[in-house]
Amino acid sequence: MAVTETTGTFMGTSVRRKEDAGLLRGRTTFVDNLTLPATVFMAVVRSPYPHARITSVNLDAVRAAEGVVAAFSGADLAQDWTGGLPCAWPVTEDIKMPTHYPLAVDEARFQGDGVAVVVAESRALAKDAAELVEVDYEPLGSTADVEKALEDGAPLVHDDLGTNECYVWKLDSGDVQAAIDAADVVVTRRYFQPRLIPNAIEPRGVLAQVGPTDEVTLWSATQVPHILRFALQLVIGIPESKIRVIAPDVGGGFGSKLNVYAEEALAVTLARRLGRPVKWTEERTENYQATIHGRDVVHELTFAATSDGTITAVKSIAKCAMGAYLQLVTPGIPLLGAWIYSGPYDIPNYSVTFTGVFTHTTPTDAYRGAGRPEATYVIERTMDALARELGVDPIELRRKNFVKEFPHTMASGLTIDAGDYDACLERLLELLDVDAIKADQASRRAGGDAKQIGVGFSTYNEMCGLAPSRILGAIRYAVGGWDAATIRFQPLGSVQVVTGTSPHGQSHETTWAQIVADQLGVSVDEVEVLHGDTAVSQQGMDTYGSRSLTVGGIALYHASQKIVGKARAIVAHQLEVSEDDLEFENGAFAVKGSPDRSMDIKAAAFQAHAAHNLPDGMEPGLEETAVFDPPNFSWPSGAHAAVVEVDTETGDTRLVRYVAVDDVGTPVNPQIIDGQVHGGITQGIAAALYEEGAYDEEGNLLTTTMTTYLVPSAAELPSYETDRIETVADNPLGVKGVGETGTIAAAPAVVNAIVDALSHLGVTDVPIPATPERVWRAIEEVRS
Amino acid sequence: MRHVALMANGVRHELEVEPRELLVYVLRERLGLTGTNVGCDTSSCGACTVLVNGEAVKSCTMLGVQADGTEITTIEGLATNGELHAVQQAFHDHHALQCGYCTPGMVLAAVSLIDSGAATDEAAIREGLEGNLCRCTGYHNIVAAVADVAGVA
Repeated sequence: MAVTETTGTFMGTSVRRKEDAGLLRGRTTFVDNLTLPATVFMAVVRSPYPHARITSVNLDAVRAAEGVVAAFSGADLAQDWTGGLPCAWPVTEDIKMPTHYPLAVDEARFQGDGVAVVVAESRALAKDAAELVEVDYEPLGSTADVEKALEDGAPLVHDDLGTNECYVWKLDSGDVQAAIDAADVVVTRRYFQPRLIPNAIEPRGVLAQVGPTDEVTLWSATQVPHILRFALQLVIGIPESKIRVIAPDVGGGFGSKLNVYAEEALAVTLARRLGRPVKWTEERTENYQATIHGRDVVHELTFAATSDGTITAVKSIAKCAMGAYLQLVTPGIPLLGAWIYSGPYDIPNYSVTFTGVFTHTTPTDAYRGAGRPEATYVIERTMDALARELGVDPIELRRKNFVKEFPHTMASGLTIDAGDYDACLERLLELLDVDAIKADQASRRAGGDAKQIGVGFSTYNEMCGLAPSRILGAIRYAVGGWDAATIRFQPLGSVQVVTGTSPHGQSHETTWAQIVADQLGVSVDEVEVLHGDTAVSQQGMDTYGSRSLTVGGIALYHASQKIVGKARAIVAHQLEVSEDDLEFENGAFAVKGSPDRSMDIKAAAFQAHAAHNLPDGMEPGLEETAVFDPPNFSWPSGAHAAVVEVDTETGDTRLVRYVAVDDVGTPVNPQIIDGQVHGGITQGIAAALYEEGAYDEEGNLLTTTMTTYLVPSAAELPSYETDRIETVADNPLGVKGVGETGTIAAAPAVVNAIVDALSHLGVTDVPIPATPERVWRAIEEVRS
Repeated sequence: MRHVALMANGVRHELEVEPRELLVYVLRERLGLTGTNVGCDTSSCGACTVLVNGEAVKSCTMLGVQADGTEITTIEGLATNGELHAVQQAFHDHHALQCGYCTPGMVLAAVSLIDSGAATDEAAIREGLEGNLCRCTGYHNIVAAVADVAGVA
């Protein structure tokens, strides 16, 4: 491990956020706050049917309506597209890849599929006019069910593909069947994890401006300005070098803004056609219909074990809904969990199979955790099932099977650099006081109380920090996983940092400044972090998959070292000493043994710009760029517990406590880490108890607003108890990812707690979300 | 069009508004007060919360014409002489915001809750903020910030 020469002043401290100054005062640049002179407004007409042939689109009335600038059908715009919206992850050689144009031409394939677009002088006029578009639909058969879509005779989403099976992907290691045959105990459980709607509170929005020779500027509420720039060339044929994408203030993403959307391409092509800036702001119902969803996976998970509780094999068979089209990384989402179906346990025989399935629904894609919550849910639920089968304590079963030594190469083939799973669990148990909870449980059971209490565990590991480019290539991801950082000393000593990551709530303006300030020996207030504009940050791979710190943050470290190296050469030259004779500490170079002979790095920066006296051949200026491609994924882990109270008469479940101990490596900013954990946990709890993007069998979305899709409020949740274990990751800063840990861990802990609360009644499973009705039915089933 | 006179952050405005125009769009599009955000269109998320005559109101539930004669405070008008309001400062100190999109509404809902005297303990604060959704923070630090200002920490 490399060692930095400066001592950390800011790393590890809860520096208050730089981002807050504007956000707390309402001085924000969210896309909907931006307008340009002569801006016109776009409204998208969407299919009300899950599947229908478009027999005609009549735009006569709308074109004559007040304030309407233009209106187009999918057929009208077909000539504008040089390609469909891209899918960057064809996971198998024979994957079925339907073309996906920004507007449907002949057939609408999910409710919300865009079929026409209207542009008017105001937002309200565009919306009024959209009502006048007459589309003749011929409804066709449809299905929203991931299993039924695979049955013979199921309505096909894409007739020309001849099947709804998008792909079958497998990862096998060892001999799973032999292990199952030889096992004392085999437990197989089936789980359905329903759709989740990401619900960034800021809906998507775009503002596109196109100059006379196709100079594109696109403001978009996106997590991925660099990927979007790349993709726009593919869809609209304008070279990337003429495209500038700006992600201004972005109000949350959670994966939903890690994509290339129809409206982004539409706004650009309309701005190009009309010669006026085009703006579109998503409404919440559009967000539910036309922004990607997460999950929608049916699993069958098998553990084989010996009678002493040693797990010998894991086998997972999953059917994963793709929705009607493949968005940016739709097929790859299951794969992000594919290597961790052994969880934090040492399991020698391993088999994972995913079948991707088209259904007449909104496309799925990355939602916080992406593949890893799905895997962790079925692993941790089945650990409890296995413990019941073996008659052992679920904590003991976990402890017995934990990986103990690191680095550890898993049966799936990847190597975990660092961790201490026992330490996380031990710290959790100290905080939790299981004995007291179990005593309370025993007394309620003895008293026949209506309200029963239960405790559930989830011990997890995860792979994040996307990702080593060579591995991405090997698993057929289309682009790389590196990231870039540029550090620039201005002549008078202030520092600009340009990052290729693109925060939308993650606090990079603060934490990146902390990292760089320590490396350069300057104050955090002297470091400005620039991001989210491809004209400023020319290269980067953006923010998703808990990658920013472990990839972009390490790029910052390397760029800092280059800066210090060049400054050292300047100082050595001017002080007429060898570079090796200089020590760099607290922002100053001093000659070893003669501390009075020194020059600070800001003075060196000035000398670099003045260029009066530089070493021969050195270029003026003090600016360095590093592009970092990580050699491995990042491996956070932890132990979480939920305590719930269940009303056995109504099925109502209340989360009483949630305790989380995570190992996210060396902390940069503890307060910001805690914030990430709190938010992540909440989305996992929401999946366990409240949220479900529900369709009827045909694919009509039943949860179309926040009144029917239950994003939890403060009133449903307790305050959380969090702590950390720190093992040092194998990178120069020792850091690991943190953005998704809570979401990965939380859902199984909560459901295991519900099952524990009801176990004396014989309940062994409750479907998620565990609504009062479902919990009540689970109780009634075992009672009858 | 209807004539409407209102005070927004201490500034008097007179304007003609369409009867169907929601207050939030009057604030954002007519008065340029874009600090107030729109999140849901169904009065569920509370991102558009402002103070009308000192009380928290979701500005998507009110028509612009109904604001005639009222005094409105939006997030832009909460700080005094550049000094953050105690709730804004507490949100900063407790890291009670991440992406910041729900923040203006959440802060103004919290101001109203505290001013009404209803922020008496953690449970009351959680109940009192029920109409404001945040997707980033899990509410933990928001509740801590409000409790701090309300003196119930």
